[in-house]
Amino acid sequence: MSQTSAQSSQKVSNTGTQATRVIGVLAIVVMTWVVISGLSLTSADVVQGESVRIMYVHVPSAWIAYVAFIVTAIASAFYIFAKRHSLGFDRVAGASAEVGVMFMAITLVTGSLWGRLTWGEFWQWDPRLTTTAFLFVTYIGYLAVRRLDGTTEQRAKRSGVVALLAVLEIPLVHFSVVFWRSLHQRATVLDPNGDVKMDGLMLFTLFSGVVGFTLVFMWLVLHRQRTMLLSDLAIERRIDDAILNRQNESVGN
Amino acid sequence: MKKTTSKSRVVSAVLIKDLRIEVRSRVVTNQVLPFAGLIMIMFAFALDNDDVLQRVAGGLIWLATIFSLFVIVQRSFAIDTADSALDSLRVAGIDLSAVFLGKAIALTFQLIALDVVLIASAFLLYQVQVSAIGLVLLVTCVTCATTGLGFVGTLYGGLTAGANGRETLLPLLLLPVVAPVLIAATRATEAAFGSGGAATSEGWAWVGLLTIFAAVFGIGGSLAFGPLIDE
Repeated sequence: MSQTSAQSSQKVSNTGTQATRVIGVLAIVVMTWVVISGLSLTSADVVQGESVRIMYVHVPSAWIAYVAFIVTAIASAFYIFAKRHSLGFDRVAGASAEVGVMFMAITLVTGSLWGRLTWGEFWQWDPRLTTTAFLFVTYIGYLAVRRLDGTTEQRAKRSGVVALLAVLEIPLVHFSVVFWRSLHQRATVLDPNGDVKMDGLMLFTLFSGVVGFTLVFMWLVLHRQRTMLLSDLAIERRIDDAILNRQNESVGN
Repeated sequence: MKKTTSKSRVVSAVLIKDLRIEVRSRVVTNQVLPFAGLIMIMFAFALDNDDVLQRVAGGLIWLATIFSLFVIVQRSFAIDTADSALDSLRVAGIDLSAVFLGKAIALTFQLIALDVVLIASAFLLYQVQVSAIGLVLLVTCVTCATTGLGFVGTLYGGLTAGANGRETLLPLLLLPVVAPVLIAATRATEAAFGSGGAATSEGWAWVGLLTIFAAVFGIGGSLAFGPLIDE
């Protein structure tokens, strides 16, 4: 095992730090407030009734999913274009994409349930929904590319390129779907783009949800990128050990 | 000036190499074209209605093209990786964006040949009709759409070349990316056929979208292909 990796693995004996503990505690406090306020303190909507409470999960998770994919793209760009190709950027990109896919799945599931209750259908070929579904599949593909055989540098380069291509792809998909849907009649019980008026507590709870989910996202990404570092170091250690064993065999012979 | 000449030579050499392999092996002619024709026949079995088939003929042509794209791309890169031909090109010190362009143009030519057969089979099997101005739109649409598919197919083929499980990974990566081509090419083809009362003039905006797609992935692919296989 190389000296550098030995030092790094000693430094990263666990994935928690003072900062992540503070973020974790804050996330628990804010999310507890969102659950209490969202389920009991806020009133039901005049039109949508109790189903409006799905909004406190759906909107923040969609927000976090988009933020996660932006973080992935920015971190990938830093890895590819920076003079020193730091694998730290690649790990942040990968961790952010994993968390983003999870939040995007939550967005799609809660959106379908909400849609069933408000529009009468689980799914509509609305441009926003369709683009979100494409984004979800695209980042599942990104995660599959990260699991291809190869070194950590190959993984970083391949997945970095895919993340940047996704940035090119998403506007094209969104524009083509918007254009496509402009030729079709909408069939909604309730217009998904309708102007929703909210009272102060509902708006505050929604805002708290966004803050809470952002804290959860930060906590998850920080821990995940550190577990990725440990995983990379473990692979490196196995390779170093294999080389050392081979050298010892040669000396023994 | 010398560099430009050298790049164009690499493009033409790779293009001729890929087309020569096809002429000698006849995989597209003997396997992919019958496969695409079978897809068109199977769609007819599944939909079982002449009016519906006429209405959706454009979409079926482009779905068959995209399914065939996976087969052609995997075949093209399987040949290159089997004997480490890509590694040889890489160590030869040539411009890898030229290799990308050469392979993309070769793939485009193969897709154009495929689409000619698919459109001909739509005329025969689905009884679609096209006017003179519709034919101009159709030819432009096929040119732009296959160019975009050629670029994006080569780029993602290079990405998954040599990887385990590339047969399943390639469709997973490519399908979301080619969705704009499927939508735009289908709408333009429907306008050319006049399906569902669509006017031919409606198709030109979709051809514009196909051109933007081809330009974006042509430039993006030229920049990204080198770093992707330079490992």
